[in-house]
Amino acid sequence: MTMPSHTAPTPAPAAVPARPAVDWPGSLKDAATAAFVALLLTVPLVGLRTVDRPTGLSIEARPDEVIASIVLVFLGRLGLGLIRQGLALPVLVLALAAAAVGLALPMPTQVLRLVLVAGGGIIALRAAITLTTGRSKLSQAERDRRMDRVAAKVQHATKYIAPVAIAFAVALPLTPLADRQLLDIGILLLTYIMLGWGLNIVVGLAGLLDLGYVAFYAVGAYSYALLAHYFGLSFWVCLPLAGVLAACSGVLLGFPVLRLRGDYFAIVTLGFGEIIRIILVNWYQFTGGPNGISGIPRPSFFGIADFTRTPPEGMAAFHELFGLEFSPLHRIVFMYYLILALALVVNVFTLRVRKLPLGRAWEALREDEIASASLGINRTNMKLAAFAIAAMFGGFAGSFFATRQGFISPESFTFIESAIILAIVVLGGMGSQIGVVVATLLVIGLPEAFRELADYRMLAFGMGMVVIMLWRPRGLLAHRDPTILLHGGKTPRVNAGAAR
Amino acid sequence: MSVTEMTETPLLTVEHLTMRFGGLVANNDVSFVARTGEITALIGPNGAGKTTLFNCVTGFYTPTVGRLSLRHPDGREFLLERMPGYRIAQSGVARTFQNIRLFGGMSVLENLIVAQHNKLMDASGFAIAGLFGLPTYAKAEKAALELAKYWLERVRLTEFADWEAGNLPYGAQRRLEIARAMCTEPVLLCLDEPAAGLNPRESGELAEILTFIRDARNPNGHRTGVLLIEHDMSVVMRISDHVVVLDYGRKISDGDPTSVKNDPAVIRAYLGEDEDAELPPEVAGDLPASVVHPAPKEI
Amino acid sequence: MEYFIQQLINGLSLGAIYGLIAIGYTMVYGIIGMINFAHGEIYMIGAFVALITFLAMGALGITWVPLALVVMLAASMLFTSVYGWAVERIAYRPLRSSPRLAPLISAIGMSIFLQNYMQLLQGARSKPLQPILPGNLTLMDGAVSVSYVRLATILITLVLMVGFTMLISRTSLGRAQRACEQDKKMAGLLGVNVDRIISLTFVMGAALAAVAGMMVLLIYGVIDFYIGFLAGVKSFTAAVLGGVGSLPGAMLGGVVIGLIEAFWSGYVGSEWKDVATFTLLVLVLIFRPTGLLGRPEIEKV
Repeated sequence: MTMPSHTAPTPAPAAVPARPAVDWPGSLKDAATAAFVALLLTVPLVGLRTVDRPTGLSIEARPDEVIASIVLVFLGRLGLGLIRQGLALPVLVLALAAAAVGLALPMPTQVLRLVLVAGGGIIALRAAITLTTGRSKLSQAERDRRMDRVAAKVQHATKYIAPVAIAFAVALPLTPLADRQLLDIGILLLTYIMLGWGLNIVVGLAGLLDLGYVAFYAVGAYSYALLAHYFGLSFWVCLPLAGVLAACSGVLLGFPVLRLRGDYFAIVTLGFGEIIRIILVNWYQFTGGPNGISGIPRPSFFGIADFTRTPPEGMAAFHELFGLEFSPLHRIVFMYYLILALALVVNVFTLRVRKLPLGRAWEALREDEIASASLGINRTNMKLAAFAIAAMFGGFAGSFFATRQGFISPESFTFIESAIILAIVVLGGMGSQIGVVVATLLVIGLPEAFRELADYRMLAFGMGMVVIMLWRPRGLLAHRDPTILLHGGKTPRVNAGAAR
Repeated sequence: MSVTEMTETPLLTVEHLTMRFGGLVANNDVSFVARTGEITALIGPNGAGKTTLFNCVTGFYTPTVGRLSLRHPDGREFLLERMPGYRIAQSGVARTFQNIRLFGGMSVLENLIVAQHNKLMDASGFAIAGLFGLPTYAKAEKAALELAKYWLERVRLTEFADWEAGNLPYGAQRRLEIARAMCTEPVLLCLDEPAAGLNPRESGELAEILTFIRDARNPNGHRTGVLLIEHDMSVVMRISDHVVVLDYGRKISDGDPTSVKNDPAVIRAYLGEDEDAELPPEVAGDLPASVVHPAPKEI
Repeated sequence: MEYFIQQLINGLSLGAIYGLIAIGYTMVYGIIGMINFAHGEIYMIGAFVALITFLAMGALGITWVPLALVVMLAASMLFTSVYGWAVERIAYRPLRSSPRLAPLISAIGMSIFLQNYMQLLQGARSKPLQPILPGNLTLMDGAVSVSYVRLATILITLVLMVGFTMLISRTSLGRAQRACEQDKKMAGLLGVNVDRIISLTFVMGAALAAVAGMMVLLIYGVIDFYIGFLAGVKSFTAAVLGGVGSLPGAMLGGVVIGLIEAFWSGYVGSEWKDVATFTLLVLVLIFRPTGLLGRPEIEKV
């Protein structure tokens, strides 16, 4: 555990004086305090491990890890203190040395290596920034302004990035690069992008913190699975039905709770998400309980052709229809395009609705509910619409998920899924469409790329959420452009805060 | 219809309005009338029940007893005490807030477009026609833009149209809030201390805007009556045509500014007479929030 | 009747545990207006620290049960409070003036982090522990048997509640805490160290959650890294039910939830008991968002 340096209450001097006296006793005391806290934190949980033995539970001591973490915290805190007092250069050298040691020499555990490399790296980065900018840290407001500028630039560049990105996404399966694994990752990313965009309608536009979005994903998935299982309906019939059912459940769940204030609303939606999951687990006869439903039929090519080598009666084979060699990859490519199309539908919807009274009313509600009511906006209807539409998109994504996996169980619809989708929306920057894409690449893509570190995946995910919030509370690419301009953007828009 | 006839039409009629919060009577049997073509000012010492009355008219509270009726120039009548807040707004009552409530993250122009929500919502066919870009919506949006421009011009914010509303200076925010309320094309505009925090020059401008609203016809051909709460006596005396004075929740005086100014009851309420004072207004104003404010009505 | 009393005792002890956790939620919400989503994890840490302390004492040869229990309680409260303190310091304090969602997201991140931290360190398998305090008190000619652990839970909770209420209502620390709850800025102007009071609030909440964790370990004899989530949500429900910001309310809410759960499991079936709790949460928030003992919140215009 490293202590967070940015929480230190010491105000950063605007400019580092030429040769300040280094307050050694103060710095050492500060570092010692941090080390003592680290000791208290690590002794019981890091230092003592429970071990399952045939005779029962027993315990094992790991003093080395405790000592290592205490030393690291001490040095790290000291290093940051010294950077602040103008000793950036020596700290930089030492931190780089530490990181190098962590990389090169054998370590007792991987955790230690990780901490050494990451800790050394972060401190080195801090020191380097201090050396180049001449100040020890940016104030929150300054950092926010800088990020705002970046976000605005990205937002404006989206005009050019988006077509390129879409063209790339469309072309990807046609390139020789596209093997099964890559396409699977692509499908996974696009599913989360779609869910993120769907949730963005509720959270980003309407400002309702929904912690139970996965419930609608589940409703969509189970709608398709059960309709196919009990009535033998095909995917193309079920897709719209799943959307409608999810939207209905959205209205049903939304109606009683939409009056609630932010945090309460969040907890109730969480409760609803859990209720739906528990129902899926416990209603054994109907939903298959914890075992889930398997053998969910795969989609056909719009009901015309099938992707199997020998299609069922009355259906053509896809490869014969198009005169291709049979390949199991065809289905995957089709799935990829399907989810790409679904995701783009959500995106186009959001971009358009923002310029419509419905979307503007959502944003107005997010900004100030009472003022909205005073302008004659029916809060309940507007929020219900947001909830239902987002639920519908969640339902689409859910039935896609069911048909892709061929198997679903309540395991896939736990709270953590909701948290991940919400994290994508909030980290990306609420209301930012491009932010969702970037955040998905970060949150889903990075862990996929580092599968070896699977154990640390969720750990890093949780810490990452905290760190990004601390660093930029409004989300990475939070920036809002007006949906209608009077002066066509010709008059220079005065930057935030300048006019006060 | 002659001008005199118009000024005599009662726009808002308040009859026997009583509002109780538990044991506290915030408004006690208040009756008065506000007319089109007039600025009606509601004044009184702190804790006199002005804001409560205001919140009853605009639907944030439901009055305990009493009748609030709004009569449009075309003769339609609405009973405000039975309607939820957003319905009252839809029936032609617009308001501003004591602590400005703009959509701070949206642009100035967007604030004015949102104000025309219901009209545009109908035109966009609950977003469906709008999503497919049908011309009916494009036309409606163009008209909305024109109305917004009209009011931007009136409150002198045209050049700030694309600014974030939250970044405007304070005085401009006050003006924008009035423009936003006017974009709902109301028949009655309710202003909650519009001059609070303005310097003398700004409150002069405000007076101009308010007299303009009183006298001019709106782009849709209707006129708007003004009801305002104000502490700044110079503003009240300068612009209002009709003053209603409240004290301890009761109406103590009602008439034109000059007669009200000379009414002994008003002077007593404002300057105080030791033998009469049972509970100084400062104390009434300091009652705990839970006593003074009830749970709000769903709007 | 015997069955009823049996369930009553089970419900009361369970409710005491929820109540202890709920106090942490309610105090934090009262003072900084956020849902400390990681509080369930703090309780989970408390349970683990208690378990590890017990095992460590076993390894050192300390087997005298009363001593073991006292040491467990003390260690669990101490170390868990440090975690509570650290969570606030790292994840919430820098976000105090941020948009409302930021601390909640940070808290969710913290909760995920702590869960996985524990899973990595102590393993994903659930940890069984042989009963430390075996034995039952039999009542009504043996028809009702109440385990000593459950009785101890109820008693310790009562003692803690009395002590805690005294702390909040009688000491200057409690006064400062209540002042910050009313108006942080004003309290700061009057010389109250607001940061310290907020830290202390987290420390107190964590210490009480640690007690709850230890009790759960003693009663059920098995814990895992995932127990915090469900207990956290239910305790939050308890806090809301009692009225957020009210300490007696939190305890009352906890007892109500504990009783509902016990009777539901006893008479209806344990599979649906969580649905009952969540439904209750939804109903309370919809029909009485101020809770049983809460102050009404005013939408100021």
